[in-house]
Amino acid sequence: MKIYDLGKVTVGLVIFFLVFTFPLYYNMGKATPPPEPNIQTEAIAAMSEPVCVENTEYMRANHMKLLNEWRTSVVRNSNRAYPAFTGVRYEMSLSNTCMECHSNKEKFCDSCHNYAGVSPYCWECHLQPKEMK
Amino acid sequence: MDSTRRSFLKILGVTAAGLTVRPSVEALAMGVKPKGAAPFDNALTAKRWAMAVDVGKFTGETRKAAIEACNKAHNIPHYENHLHEIKWIWEEGYKHTFPGQENEHLPAEIAREPFLVLCNQCVNPPCVRVCPTQATFQRPDGIVMMDYHRCIGCRFCMAGCPYGSRSFNWFDPRQQASLKDAEGNFSPPNPEFPSRTKGVVEKCNFCAERLAKGQMPACVEACKNNELIFGDLDDHESEVSKALRKHFTIRRKPELGTQPQIYYII
Ligand code: HEC
Ligand code: HEC
Ligand code: HEC
Repeated sequence: MKIYDLGKVTVGLVIFFLVFTFPLYYNMGKATPPPEPNIQTEAIAAMSEPVCVENTEYMRANHMKLLNEWRTSVVRNSNRAYPAFTGVRYEMSLSNTCMECHSNKEKFCDSCHNYAGVSPYCWECHLQPKEMK
Repeated sequence: MDSTRRSFLKILGVTAAGLTVRPSVEALAMGVKPKGAAPFDNALTAKRWAMAVDVGKFTGETRKAAIEACNKAHNIPHYENHLHEIKWIWEEGYKHTFPGQENEHLPAEIAREPFLVLCNQCVNPPCVRVCPTQATFQRPDGIVMMDYHRCIGCRFCMAGCPYGSRSFNWFDPRQQASLKDAEGNFSPPNPEFPSRTKGVVEKCNFCAERLAKGQMPACVEACKNNELIFGDLDDHESEVSKALRKHFTIRRKPELGTQPQIYYII
């Protein structure tokens, strides 16, 4: 069997291979450190026992679902008070409750979201701590 | 026993089907959690919210105050171009408020003074019927409410509403000068209420967020002289029920059958 232009084909294949695998070796040894959401805020420091509205594991895995349920509950079912797992009742509000405690959005929410590559569009309408002052 | 093999296969089939039930139920139930979510104890509730507008009591200033209070409470931007306006509560001349009733001979103040108009919170709201995503819906207490999270900006509701009570955001409200501070940063007058965004429709919500906290609607609160009477029509003793028994009232375009819940005491 004869392959025409074997030299050129090989060069082409090598170049293709190098370009194709570029992202792999470009990022080698540069693993992004996992995010460390920061909970140092005034509101949280004032709590005798710093806890969220649900336990931390649940929040880490399910906060987006919880927020969806909150908004359905508030907007469509007119139920605006949420009993946290501690028994404390909170207003079911993204800006007025979550962000009251987590007022350091950049160091908390964004640190995870940037790492995971998600950018919730909620802030087009809901106010961020820096806009609320 | 003649059909052992058959019945064995049947049982096998039913068992296999049964095994799929639990995972699917679990998947559906995942994260369903607002157990115990409830209204606040001091929430104002009703079976049928309604409002009476005591036209004769209004002055240009009180109308302005009511509009201003609403704009502030809901972070509504101001647009010079009336085609871009966002209107929850606004002024309208007699001709457009009560079309078809323009008698040639009217009292001067009726013909001249504008009326306060807002969403009529209809009993039969056409906007709800035409909304393809159920972003607009009617609460059991009569409030015609918008779920901005579901609004796709199709504007069917604007075509459906016979009162012009719905406005479309042609621009990003946060970019409007009226919602910015001296340095040009977005600075909403009410930090507790979300803004809206370009591409959604919006309207008066009878201040659902204030009722939920035991407060009267912002426009009602701004009218110190009972110019706006707000309450439950299902309650015989409420102020609004009494006002409707005492005074003759008219409504906007009643012939359309929408059953507006804003009553004008003329
Ligand atoms: C009362 C104050 C408070 C409120 C309100 C609150 N949080 Fe928290 N949240 C905390 C504290 C404190 C922690 C850390 C708990 C821990 O370290 O065990 C936390 C943890 C979390 C975590 C997990 C962080 C991690 O390290 O993995 C997420 C996600 C989160 N919160 C999101 C939310 C959201 C979303 C809301 C609104 C629905 C909210 N929080 C409301 C105080 C609050
Ligand atoms: C422990 C890390 C972590 C923290 C802290 C965190 N998030 Fe998240 N969040 C995530 C991840 C990961 C996702 C994406 C999940 C997915 O795509 O399934 C996400 C998704 C979301 C979503 C859904 C986005 C979408 O487009 O569907 C919302 C809303 C959200 N987060 C809000 C918040 C808010 C508000 C805070 C701060 C109070 C917060 N999150 C803090 C990790 C975090
Ligand atoms: C188009 C504008 C808009 C966007 C985008 C938006 N919201 Fe909302 N949201 C609203 C409005 C308006 C309300 C009603 C506030 C009220 O009645 O108090 C609301 C209410 C809520 C509520 C309950 C009340 C409160 O104060 O928070 C939650 C929770 C919520 N939204 C979550 C979200 C989340 C999570 C996202 C992003 C995934 C999001 N929203 C995106 C406009 C928006």
